[in-house]
Amino acid sequence: MTTASSADHPTRRDFLFVATGAAAAVGAAATVWPLVAQMNPDAATIAAGAPIQVDLAPIVEGQDIKVFWRGKPIYISHRTKKQIQEAQSVALSSLPDPQPDSARVKAGHDQWLVVIGICTHLGCIPIAHEGNYDGFFCPCHGSQYDSSGRIRQGPAPANLAVPPYAFLSDTKIQIG
Amino acid sequence: MSGPSDFQPSNPALKWIERRLPIFGLIHSSFVAYPTPRNLNYWWTFGAILSMMLALQILTGVILAMHYTPHADLAFKSVELIVRDVNYGWLLRNMHACGASMFFFAVYIHMFRGLYYGSYKEPREVLWILGVIIYLLMMATGFMGYVLPWGQMSFWGATVITNLFSAVPYFGESIVTLLWGGYSVGNPTLNRFFSLHYLLPFVIAGVVVLHVWALHVAGQNNPAGVEAKTEKDTVPFTPYATIKDAFGVSCFLIFFAWFIFYMPNYLGDADNYIPANPGVTPAHIVPEWYYLPFYAILRSIPNKLAGVVAMFSAIIILCFLPWLDSARTRSSKYRPLAKQFFWIFVVVCILLGYLGSQPPEGIYVIAGRILTVCYFAYFLIVLPLLARIETPRPLPNSIADDVLAKSKGRAATAASVMLAMVVAGSLLVGGTQTAKAEEGGNAPPAQAWSFSGPFGKYDRGSLQRGLKVYKEVCSACHGLSYVAFRNLADAGGPGYSEAQAAAFASEYKIKDGPNDQGEMFERPGRPADYFPSPFPNEQAARAANGGAAPPDLSLITKARSYKRGFPQFVIDFFSQYQEQGPDYVDAILQGFEEKVPAGVTIPEGSYYNKYFPGHAIKMPKPLSDGQVTFDDGSPATVKQYAHDVTTFLMWAAEPHMEERKRIGMQVFVFLIIFAFLMYFTKRKVWADAH
Repeated sequence: MTTASSADHPTRRDFLFVATGAAAAVGAAATVWPLVAQMNPDAATIAAGAPIQVDLAPIVEGQDIKVFWRGKPIYISHRTKKQIQEAQSVALSSLPDPQPDSARVKAGHDQWLVVIGICTHLGCIPIAHEGNYDGFFCPCHGSQYDSSGRIRQGPAPANLAVPPYAFLSDTKIQIG
Repeated sequence: MSGPSDFQPSNPALKWIERRLPIFGLIHSSFVAYPTPRNLNYWWTFGAILSMMLALQILTGVILAMHYTPHADLAFKSVELIVRDVNYGWLLRNMHACGASMFFFAVYIHMFRGLYYGSYKEPREVLWILGVIIYLLMMATGFMGYVLPWGQMSFWGATVITNLFSAVPYFGESIVTLLWGGYSVGNPTLNRFFSLHYLLPFVIAGVVVLHVWALHVAGQNNPAGVEAKTEKDTVPFTPYATIKDAFGVSCFLIFFAWFIFYMPNYLGDADNYIPANPGVTPAHIVPEWYYLPFYAILRSIPNKLAGVVAMFSAIIILCFLPWLDSARTRSSKYRPLAKQFFWIFVVVCILLGYLGSQPPEGIYVIAGRILTVCYFAYFLIVLPLLARIETPRPLPNSIADDVLAKSKGRAATAASVMLAMVVAGSLLVGGTQTAKAEEGGNAPPAQAWSFSGPFGKYDRGSLQRGLKVYKEVCSACHGLSYVAFRNLADAGGPGYSEAQAAAFASEYKIKDGPNDQGEMFERPGRPADYFPSPFPNEQAARAANGGAAPPDLSLITKARSYKRGFPQFVIDFFSQYQEQGPDYVDAILQGFEEKVPAGVTIPEGSYYNKYFPGHAIKMPKPLSDGQVTFDDGSPATVKQYAHDVTTFLMWAAEPHMEERKRIGMQVFVFLIIFAFLMYFTKRKVWADAH
């Protein structure tokens, strides 16, 4: 009898301690959640990141513009015949990040290249119409992109990203 | 506690560190092995509660600073954006704002406990003085924090408090200019207050380290006021004090959560939801409740310099307490006279706090002067005198003896706890009483609101009808500039879909630009846009409305209030009544009367309103029966319009109220279960100690 009760007593005590400790852990985790979640973009920032529409009509061949979407510069290039030809004819096997030009533009809109103008190396803004590939040149660390925005030379690991966009008409796109 | 610790960690990695930096030994000797008197009561848990509050204030403050903009033009708006848009921003702001009050509440209990049990006496004088320094730093920090939201009370509080220094002879004006960084309170003042408000809590934390150090050198005082002599008098800090403190903290959190989730504006002032306006002083400037006793002392003295000196002396005198009270017996438990005078002093402080909230006229001024004399007399006459004439009751031989005798004195302890609770409660609620004098308005009748109480929710139909009333009537003159169209689709709002909100937005013309030609242009509204204001600026609004600019309605239900009076405001605390604003707005909308009662003169261009302070309102009767047609068949009456638009404006002022109450209930259920668990754990742990 004595043995049973003394063995029973610590068990109940242990259960209480474990339950209290578990409750404290749950409470701490629930408290930490909002303290961390507040760092995510707030509702106004998210709302401001809604899709934007861009009129392409004023952009002449060979010209490019920079628009901002979600704080990122988006290059919209009206490519020349030469640029399109260069982009399409390059051998995929020679590319560090192989991707055909057709996967980077919308079908039937070959003349329009829409890319996020942020170097995939460390986030600088490449300069358009510079470098050896008729595309972009990043002045920070010398990455060079071609007329399809693909990485050709330099430390950047990947092609310039294509943002989500769609043609609303032949002269209007919606980014986002 | 004294001398190097003999603590040795068993883990080789910790051992390696310990040989080079004996930090684990320090922690072990300070917070684990540290001997703590075994007769400490729950008043001693407030030290731990205060440590937690300081940590919490720093944590929430650092987070708020990530989202806050310290600029005179943007500060008010940035605070609103924190509350409306930042994830859990409303929670963090409530925690920080109510936390300041809780911090002071706890520190006052801590201070009165020290006073009652003589914790300032030899050898704890430095410990006590460090505490007074912490208290002074807290007051400075709290004041500067209150300025940051840049509402009307922020601005005028800053003006009044900084002007205290103008009382300094000869240098006064220069000091004030130095504090302001300009010719008046303005952007430079706000900027430096933000900087200092961020700095001072860390200074407080530093002084707290000294405070705890001094405590650990002298050892804790205890209810018996006799020093620990043998090992039988003490228990190790961990687990005994740790677990008891944790239980105290969990109970305090329940009290704290009541404010955060259910009464976040109870301790605040409605005027601070009006953006700072350097041209208009609120009718009654009242500091936050925790400064009220000193504010009352300031106002009791009819001379500027003397008033300021008296106010600061009321705090500084605490530093001299160890020498003013030279009685050998520490604890008031064994000092029959000192004990009575202590409670009289507590009542004096509470009454001073009450007077600080009342207008400085008539009987209040006389009472204030009498109580100011009582306050100083306690320190300068009563305590020195008692030390000479009082015969203390015999002290227990040791703490262990005190613990054994404890059962006898239990009834008296319970009575003193009860009394202290009542006193603390009224101290708390006394402060909420804003010094709004009767301003000639009738008290608005209390309405039944779907959103009142702990489970209150907005009535969707009412919100949608209210939006219609706002759009068709109010929006002709009043802006709603903190509400975005996207909010109409938010959870806990009027319940529209995102497509409906977008369609609603597209009906508005929003000014945007400049375009590539450098010109501003108009485009259809988008969900991310805010309700456009009817006037381009305040001057235009003023010019179009006979000199009175129609206020923006985003916060109107929080920015308006009326005096509840005693004892109603005490009952409000427990019943969670916080609908003064909606009641007032609803009453104003229905309070227009054609016939002006005898004895009331209404100037040209104003209208009679039964509930408006002073009765003469510049706004003509905005609503009349049949003006707006509801699709859902609700009656087209002014009463219905007023109710619906007020509901809508309450939502506009607090879009996350449903979330606040829902999370509040979860937190409460958790905290109550947790407090019970802590209580039983504490009992189990302490079962070994007896």
